[in-house]
Amino acid sequence: MTINNNKIKSNNLFWNLFKSIKLTVVVLILLAATSVIGTLIPQNGTEQFYVQKYGEVFFKLFSSLDIFDMYNAWWFVLLLIILSINIIVCSIDKLQTTWKIIFPDKVAFNIERFRRLKHKEEFESPLNIEDIEGKYLSFIEKNFGIAVKESISIKDGGDNNGVADVAIFGEKGRWTRIGVYVVHLSILLMLIGAVIGGIWGFKAFVSIPEGETVDTAFLMDNNTPVKFGFNLKCNSFSVKFYDTGQPEEFKSNLTVIEDGKESITKDIVVNDPLRYKGLSFYQSSYGIDSAKNVLFKITSKESGMTYSQKMEFGQTIDIPESGGRFTLIEFVHGYNFRGHNLGEGFIGKFSENKSADNKLPKDNALLNNESLERDKTDKEKPIQDKENSEVEIYIPIKFPTFDKMRGGAFAFEIQDYDKKYYTGLQITKDPGVWYVYIGFIFMIIGCWITFFMSHQSICVEIRKKAERGCNIVVSGTANKNSQGMKLKVAKIAAKMQQI
Amino acid sequence: MNHSIILSITTFVYAFASVLYIGSWTFKKEVMAKTGFFILVTGFIGNTIGIILRWIESYKIGYGHAPFSNMYESLVFFSWTVAALYIFVEIKYRERIIGVFATPLVFLAIAYASLSPSISDKITPLIPALKSNWLIAHVITCFLGYAGFAVAFGFSIMYLIKPIELNTESRTLENKGGKNQINSLFAKLPPLDVMDELTHQMVMFGFLFLTIGIITGAVWANSAWGTYWSWDPKETWSLITWFIYAILLHLRMMRGWHGKRIAWVSIVGFMAVLFTYFGVNLLPGLHSYA
Ligand code: HEM
Repeated sequence: MTINNNKIKSNNLFWNLFKSIKLTVVVLILLAATSVIGTLIPQNGTEQFYVQKYGEVFFKLFSSLDIFDMYNAWWFVLLLIILSINIIVCSIDKLQTTWKIIFPDKVAFNIERFRRLKHKEEFESPLNIEDIEGKYLSFIEKNFGIAVKESISIKDGGDNNGVADVAIFGEKGRWTRIGVYVVHLSILLMLIGAVIGGIWGFKAFVSIPEGETVDTAFLMDNNTPVKFGFNLKCNSFSVKFYDTGQPEEFKSNLTVIEDGKESITKDIVVNDPLRYKGLSFYQSSYGIDSAKNVLFKITSKESGMTYSQKMEFGQTIDIPESGGRFTLIEFVHGYNFRGHNLGEGFIGKFSENKSADNKLPKDNALLNNESLERDKTDKEKPIQDKENSEVEIYIPIKFPTFDKMRGGAFAFEIQDYDKKYYTGLQITKDPGVWYVYIGFIFMIIGCWITFFMSHQSICVEIRKKAERGCNIVVSGTANKNSQGMKLKVAKIAAKMQQI
Repeated sequence: MNHSIILSITTFVYAFASVLYIGSWTFKKEVMAKTGFFILVTGFIGNTIGIILRWIESYKIGYGHAPFSNMYESLVFFSWTVAALYIFVEIKYRERIIGVFATPLVFLAIAYASLSPSISDKITPLIPALKSNWLIAHVITCFLGYAGFAVAFGFSIMYLIKPIELNTESRTLENKGGKNQINSLFAKLPPLDVMDELTHQMVMFGFLFLTIGIITGAVWANSAWGTYWSWDPKETWSLITWFIYAILLHLRMMRGWHGKRIAWVSIVGFMAVLFTYFGVNLLPGLHSYA
């Protein structure tokens, strides 16, 4: 059966190709060499970037070879597939033999094998065989785990004046021969994990303003919406800076709400994501969404008095001195004034009280100026509704005197406000990551076994001397690190001499 | 005493140790190598204290973090790991002369850290992405790996410059009256099989730790960005390095490569290490970490 098997295998071209270590080396060299390309040519850039950098001809050539996304290119994946088949075929091919060594029907020691070794340690003992063999046996057992005592047969020249000479064999680490298979298995596990992640995983993004709740994110690749299956609320976001101006910490406080009930609340920072139901939420960016706790300073032109007023969005207040009514409408990120962007600020609606003597100057820059447009991002709205003399005014944060230029009876400026942030979250689902992580562990353990452990066996031959005492020869082998084994045999022999 | 004074002194101590090792080799004075070893250990102690002081100082300034976060700190740590590994090897294998090529690396790394104008030795705060215990594990293991490859590189160079026919006569040759000054110089080097074995041991050590380094880096990336592997140039180059040493191991274990050929592969591997460490910053990239 096995013989048949082997015959089939050895005639099989496929099998022979893939069990060859030469193929492994060639594929590894190709992987290393082609990986270099991807570090020299930036990956996943825009067409425009590449055409500009390499020209039309090279752009066409490179794209036809998928060089711009080469780690996902068919030929790179093919190399990985060849590598995997190589590992599998090779391991099956070798494992049959290795398995028999690891789990032999009967552990047999062959004294001739040890006698042929070049390095042996020899010493003498004044004691008789019967007196020392027990001590040596337990010593070897202590050091190797397995020790057996055998009389040396006459065939092996074991009989000396009627007393049988004795050999003590010890061994350990048979199982360490499995180490390379663990390493190779770990590589397969990682590749399987990567495939699983590629097929069933995704990466998505969402930004949530403080206080708001979402249940959907958008895939990074194509913006397709994906539902979480629960709601996620951002309670707050904060950013801290060092005195050097470098960011120190980005932190979002998130709550998962499932079926209307809060299920968990957690602070996430850059290295500490929220994990829930197979999804991981990573702190990835942030920005200013709006403002809160806005404190206005309102100056009356007539009386010179100033008033402080704290406001919420949508709130309407009566201006002191019966000046009219003011409504805070919204926060804007930019505002275009005569071709200049005045930056972040607030939009409010001010209906001035007509009964108060209203002397708006005719050439009021703000009211008549065509170029006064809000940032493109904002809806186009008439700036002024002349019928009821309601004006929409813009109050910038950076330029406190700006509203004074409007020349109205009251000037508004921002005294203080708190930023309202949105947090940008990356959402990842990767069901393959556990295969990869188990692969990582196997890889480390397997390498350790392969590099630093070996299958060692030792033989202590005790022969009676013609007169008194006996002659002792210690020798040993290992399947790896023969230099280390030599030292070990010397050490063992030295210790045995002391017993 | 602050860390930068101690580390400057350490640089000179390492320089002195290298000079002694090289001197011991050229003038065939065993005592110089012995002294060199003690000087090296002194430098190593200074190096250790310097790193610890820097760590403490960073807390005093309020930026508290382990000193493994920028080029300066990593070079100082690289010196430390190569020195530690070399001291271990010398004690374990009782071969003095092998420090000739390893100790200059220790000195060069720390000297480059202190003298290069593009490397700042300021203690800077950590950006949020670097605040992770995985960073510490990642840096330490990567540099243990690099140290293994560096020492292996030193042994490989020694292997290649030693003429083969001198091997059997080994160290006895010099006693024959030094027919040939140069040849006897090389003959002082340890026997070829010892250097071959040492190269292999160092490569295995380096490979294990590079493996752990890449893995801890992947786990860290996954905890900070949600992706354990993103083919970033630095990541890719460490993988290329890993491939090269995996090739070396297979050639040796399966194809029976030894000696000169393995020494050459080990040198190629170390070039890849250097590129991973210094060269990657020169590459174009659309994105990069940290
Ligand atoms: C990079 C991915 C790797 C691939 C594709 C690979 C592939 C192979 C193949 C095809 C063989 C020959 C078949 C066999 O003997 O089982 C082999 C053998 C071997 N590999 Fe790997 N290997 C890889 C990584 C490693 C690593 C990291 C180690 C280090 C621990 C290692 C250690 C070994 C050893 C010791 C053998 C000899 C096995 C024996 O004596 O039977 N391999 N490898």
